[in-house]
Amino acid sequence: MAPAFSALTLFDVVLCVLIIGVALCSSSVRDLFAATVLLIIYGVFVAIAWVRLGAVDVALAEAAIGAGLTGVLLIGAVARLKITESPAAAVSRWQFAAKVIPASLGLLIASGLAYLVLTVEWRETLQAPVLANLPDTGVLNPVTAVLLNYRAYDTLLETSVLFAALIASWCTTHDDLWGERAGLRQHTRRAGILATFGRFLPPIGLIVGIHIFWAGADKWGGAFQAGTIFAAVWILAIMAGVIDAPNATGRSIRSFAVAGPMFFTFVALTGVLAQSFLIIPVMVAKPLTLAIEACLTLSIAATLMLLVLGAPRRSA
Amino acid sequence: MSVIVTATTILLLLIGVAFFLAGSMGLLRFPDVHARLHALTKADNLGLGFITLALLPQAADVWIASKLVMIWLLTMLAAATVSQLIARSALHEEDVKQEPGP
Amino acid sequence: MIEAYFFAATVLLMTVAVCLVRVLRGPTRADRMMGAQLAATAGVAILALISPAGSPAMLDVALVLALLGAFAAVAFVKAATIDGAGDPEEESQ
Repeated sequence: MAPAFSALTLFDVVLCVLIIGVALCSSSVRDLFAATVLLIIYGVFVAIAWVRLGAVDVALAEAAIGAGLTGVLLIGAVARLKITESPAAAVSRWQFAAKVIPASLGLLIASGLAYLVLTVEWRETLQAPVLANLPDTGVLNPVTAVLLNYRAYDTLLETSVLFAALIASWCTTHDDLWGERAGLRQHTRRAGILATFGRFLPPIGLIVGIHIFWAGADKWGGAFQAGTIFAAVWILAIMAGVIDAPNATGRSIRSFAVAGPMFFTFVALTGVLAQSFLIIPVMVAKPLTLAIEACLTLSIAATLMLLVLGAPRRSA
Repeated sequence: MSVIVTATTILLLLIGVAFFLAGSMGLLRFPDVHARLHALTKADNLGLGFITLALLPQAADVWIASKLVMIWLLTMLAAATVSQLIARSALHEEDVKQEPGP
Repeated sequence: MIEAYFFAATVLLMTVAVCLVRVLRGPTRADRMMGAQLAATAGVAILALISPAGSPAMLDVALVLALLGAFAAVAFVKAATIDGAGDPEEESQ
């Protein structure tokens, strides 16, 4: 029944060509701002590609990170570079090497992966055992089960890495500015368009985030996707001047940022008393997993928000 | 009955895609920032609206249908806000350019 | 019907591809930013069109994109103000 050349195939081929094309444009264009915009468009295309591959969890993360946070972060960075960027700087040998070396490495890795995928004989994957043990994890979403149960070790370390990145970012604060609010002091016209947008969108974002969080237990989504959405609307509310950016020395924002890793570590240690490190008993798997997810969501939201805003700065 | 629904969906799809094409043409061919912005935002949101309308009769349940409508409303809100802000920003950029440089 | 959706989605991909020219050519940053705006709106439409071929979960990706698609543009207009933290409305008064 399936025709050799359907509209679905056509779509996939066009999408693949566009992804490669946008990636090439983004890495070769001279103007940094154009490169940033192309990267945002690339994120949209890649999110669509993940959807076509059936990986909705990854697509959600890509849509939230690629289209939401990365754009905000990189555009802010390009804006700060505008003084140092000099168009007169000719293409030196180093600049050329800085493009050729990563490109050849990427090509090498891509061809290696393609070789592996095309030649390896797939006999047995871990899919069957993952699904067989799913009832014991307390959740129905295999991705959440893998992240918070089968390889909880990795996830615990990953959330700690995120926290370490935040501390590193705080370390770049100028001595005089320590104790000020994160990033620049934002201001907008009272009751203007931006301020209204910043009041209107965050509540909707909260609902969408809670939906993605809740769906994450059984179907798709999860702590990382929901945390990213919360971080994005939090940043919007700050940029719109609706709420003030938090202060790195504040108690509440610090407890937000450590809630996830701390609760996770606490659960891991109490597991030692029962059986061994990082054991989640089957009896309480569902509530405990959801509680860890909730704490992680808060921490990811607070940490990403603080990372995007960056260290306190004086306005130019 | 189902023939009418299918025909309506196809027709609405065509209209939606046509609006997207018009928006892109405008973004490419119009002479200045404000004209391009006006072409893009209006045409694209109409296009998305028609595509939403096309998908609505085919939606499996009310939940999916309401989600589609919500997606369209969210996009319209965001696009309207952003186009206004970009227009103001471009206006300001022009003012800065007209001032004599150092 | 799914075939029709995918044909429409393919045409929408092409419209984004055509607009890459505007992103590359500029001339102003606002022009380039509009390319991202178009990609977000078209991306939402494409995701809505291809979701009937898969699970209803895919519509949530469109929802997230619709919610966050405008954020980069907000960051852009703020960065374009004098001190990098203002509001274009304050300055055009």
